[in-house]
Parts: sequence; structure tokens; C-alpha cells
Amino acid sequence: MKYQTQKIAYWYFLAAMAVFAVQVLGGLWAGWIYVSPNFLSELMPFNIVRMLHTNALIVWLLLGFFGAAYFLVPEEAEREMHSPMLAYIQLGILLLGTAGAVVTYTFDLFHGNWLLGMEGREFIEQPVWVKVGIVVAALIFLYNVSLTVLKGRKTAITNVLLLGLWGLALLFLFAFYNPANLSLDKMFWWYIVHLWVEGTWELVMASILAFLLLKLTGVDREIIEKWLYIIVATALFSGILGTGHHYYWIGLPSYWQWIGSIFSTLEVIPFFAMMSFSFVMVWKGKRDHPNKAALLWALGAATVAFFGAGVWGFLHTLHGVNYYTHGTQITAAHGHLAFFGAYVSVNLAIITYAMPILRGRDPYNQVLNMASFWLMTGGMSFMTFVLTFAGTVQTHMQRVLGENFMEIQEGVHLFFIMRWVSGLAVVIGAILFIYAQLVPRREIIEPTDQYESEGA
Amino acid sequence: MREVMTKTMARNVFYGGSLFFIVVFLILSAHSVRYVVTKSTANAELTESVARGKHVWEKNACINCHTLMGEGAYFAPELQNVMSRWGVADDPEAAFEVLKGWMEAQPTGIEGRRQMPQFNLSDEQIRELADFFLWVNQIDAQGWPPNEAG
Repeated sequence: MKYQTQKIAYWYFLAAMAVFAVQVLGGLWAGWIYVSPNFLSELMPFNIVRMLHTNALIVWLLLGFFGAAYFLVPEEAEREMHSPMLAYIQLGILLLGTAGAVVTYTFDLFHGNWLLGMEGREFIEQPVWVKVGIVVAALIFLYNVSLTVLKGRKTAITNVLLLGLWGLALLFLFAFYNPANLSLDKMFWWYIVHLWVEGTWELVMASILAFLLLKLTGVDREIIEKWLYIIVATALFSGILGTGHHYYWIGLPSYWQWIGSIFSTLEVIPFFAMMSFSFVMVWKGKRDHPNKAALLWALGAATVAFFGAGVWGFLHTLHGVNYYTHGTQITAAHGHLAFFGAYVSVNLAIITYAMPILRGRDPYNQVLNMASFWLMTGGMSFMTFVLTFAGTVQTHMQRVLGENFMEIQEGVHLFFIMRWVSGLAVVIGAILFIYAQLVPRREIIEPTDQYESEGA
Repeated sequence: MREVMTKTMARNVFYGGSLFFIVVFLILSAHSVRYVVTKSTANAELTESVARGKHVWEKNACINCHTLMGEGAYFAPELQNVMSRWGVADDPEAAFEVLKGWMEAQPTGIEGRRQMPQFNLSDEQIRELADFFLWVNQIDAQGWPPNEAG
């Protein structure tokens, strides 16, 4: 650790991993309700469990991004963070808001209250007071990080990272706008949801990957940063108008069918570029960094993101296909692999890279961590396959033959059982990952060569 | 590649191009808002009751089981065309009665069936929710969903 204030990242990563555990356990629960629908159905109905699952995902990914920023900004800007105190206040606000949302959802507190009650639009169900807290926390963060960068060295990595984080914070403001007209509601709701995950978050992901590759491969900064700009350019050029693929069937003009189909097809490019770029940099790189687990996660993130977001996204993005697949288990399949590949994995990559440094514990415990990578990636891939099968059957029976939804769901029950088993593998992997970060103090396999710890 | 494009060029392409696409997106968005208000949702009047019904829909987190216009969870049926499916799209009074009967029968408690919670809605709220579904049913969504199954 070169700068003392990088230690802030440690607490963000701890919080992120705790919420990660909540998220995957919530997923396991929700998956079990698919298998056994009466399970605690009056105590915790499916909709509440799903809110916990999706909201926890978003919160821990953001905590991870913030942690990543606190870790890499001092190193990139070559100076301490402007104010560690503000960073800890920000973390406190976020955790208070998270706890508040969980308690509000679980016990349905202040039902219908405009300030304290759950709001109930998908993914932005947080009560208004929590939303305000998120905005305040984001403002504190942006102030703190921007000031640090402005006073220090400016690099492409921090430029792109900050642009992504500023963008996602500004777009979140649409969460306060809820028109009575459902079509308008949906149109602007996608300003948050799509322009987060297929816009600003890609900038964050690409800059974290660039930072990791810079450190892990030792490739020249000029080359990495040039590619970073090219990749994020393709991300935004395709992703902004790619929003159109959500505008096919919600009451918007028909031209979105062509704009959405064409530009969202191009959205495959940045993911393909990130994957190719990562592998080429590793092949070109001369440095043999001892943290092999971080390299595995970084390459894994780029690869699984290409398949989950790129290939599985393209699978149902053309409007002629989407007319039939829209809102089936195909969407669920894509959503799971895309989020896991792109954003879960890149977070786990930076955590894997940073934690040994933050804990002053090099060399690294890698074997358990790498096992957790294969468990999670394998589990998530299998889950995606079975949901794709379920979705294909559902699409044909429901959208082509016009059969009843509930009967079809019972028909594909076997796939939901297999989905739960693969989910169990993911949960075991996640717990193993957290264990590998926190507990072991010795290498399981002693390194054969004596690596020189580079501390960076 | 080094000769073809420098880092500064890549950066300028990124900033300039992104700005261009943002502007295009905003222009199309503005046009789309006009289209929604004057065309696709102009078939039925957006009354106070419809607006309140939307809040009933939201405050009970319905979207986390059902889909509405294909968006939401995939645990329970699509509801944009539920009133057509029930055959009451043209009869607000019947829509209210059928929805009331449905809501009051939940949860069924049938073993092995997905359970819908009891939301304890008042008659007024059920009427607003029915009005909301009737209104949503009238949105011109480019011919989606493909059939009555939703």
C-alpha cells in the first residue's frame, strides 16, 4: 500500500462482501420458492425476497466500485485522498440506507408513506429517504474523489472512472421522477437502468480492468490508456442509442425497433474488445505478477461479460426475436450471466487484487480463491444454460402457441430445480471467496519460485 | 496501431462521439415523449383514478412477481393485457368485480402452486387498480404482446 488513505477501500470491500453474501442467499431463497412455492410464502412472499436479491446486488456492486475508486485513485493521482473522514461518513450513510431499505421491505414498514415507505418501481424500490441518502453519499464521494484527482496526476484511468461515476450519479436523479403515464415512466426508468449497466457502469468496469492490467501485466501505460479510450468510445457509441432495445414494446415510436436492433447489436463490440484487449495485454506483458487469482478474475470478468452481456444479449435483442422472447426466462438467463460476468467479476477481481495489499499479507492465498472462481463461474454458466432452455420452451408455448403462463411454468419445473442446484454452487463459491479473503493466513500451496513482492 | 491513432486522438473521438450520440438520443427522446402523449397513450383518458391505481401497483411491489409490458419479475403472469384476458376490457364495473374476486381469494394456499399474497386492499383501491389495468390495456405497444396469454 503506497498511500495510507487507500485503507478506506478495505472497509468498502468488507461491506461489499457482506452485502454480496446477503444477495446470493436471497437468490438461493428466491430460487427455492420456484422449486417449492409454498415455502414461507406468507412470511416472506417472492416479491420481497426478490427485492432483497436485486437491491443487495446493486448496493454491493456500488460499494465495490466506490472501494475500487478509493483504492486506485490515490495511486493514479499520486496523492492521498482529500478527506478520509468524508469517505467514512459516506460509507456510514450507505450502510444506514441499506439497513433501512432491508427492514422496510421485510416488514413493509410505513406502507404507502411518501417519505418512509417502499416506492415499488423495479430496482428503485428504496424509500425516498434512502434515495436522498444515496444522492448525498454520491455527492460526498464525487466531491472527495474529484478534488483528489484535480489536485493530483490526471490519467485516462481516473478520467474514465470519474466520468462513469459522475454519470451514474446524475442518472440516478431520474429515480425521483415518476410520471403517472406508464409509458413515460418506463421510458425514463431506462435512463437509469440501461444507461447504468450498458453505459456508465461499462466505463467504471473498463477503467478498473485497465488499472488491473496495468499492474498485473506491466504493459506500457500509453498503450493501455489508448485502448481504454477506444473501448469506452465503442461502449457509449453503441450503448446510448442501444437504449432503444428497451423501447420496442412500451408505447414508444416504431423507429426504436431499428435503432435499438442496430445499435444494441453493436453493443457486443465493447465487450469483445475488452476480452481481446485483456488477453492480448496478458500475452504481451512481461511482468509475472504473483497474484494469479486477480489475473484469473480479470480475464474471467472480460470473458464471461462477453458471453453474458454480449452473446446472450444479442440472442434476444433484435426486435423480431424480442417480440417473442420479451419478458421470459430468456431475459432472466441473460441478466444473470451479464451481471455476474461484467460487474460481479470485475468487483471480485479488484478485491482479489487489493485485499492482500490492504491487509499487508502478501504473498497471496490463491488456491481457495481460484476454486471459488470456478465454482461461481461454473454455477452461473449452468444456471444460464438451464434458464435459456426454460425460456426457449416458454417462448414457444406462450408466445407462439398462446398457452397459459402458469401451466407452462409447471411444465418447465425441472429447469428450475437445476437452476437452484447451480445457484447453490454459486453461493458456496461466494462464501468460499469471502472466506479466502478474510481467514487464511498461509499459502495452501507454497510458491515454487521466490517472487519479489512488488506491492503494486 | 500506434501510428494510426494516438492516445489523444482516441480520447477526442471518445468525447466528441459520445457527445454526438447523447444529443441524438435526447432529440429522439423529446420526440418520443410527444408521441406517447399525443398518440400511443391517447386512446384512454389518464384519470385521477388511473394515477392512484398506478401507486397501488407500486406500493405493493407487484412488479417483483409479475411483468407489466414485459418488464418486471418472471414469476407471475403478464398484466398489461390482463383485462382482455379476463374479457372485461370494455366494462369497468365487471373489471372491478373480477379483480376484487381475484384479490380476495389470495393466497390460495394450494400445495405446489405459486402463492400471491393477501394485500388487504380497500374497495376503492381495487377500483383504482382496475382502472389502471384498463388504461394500460389501451396503450398502443406496437402490437405486443403477441397473444392473449401475455
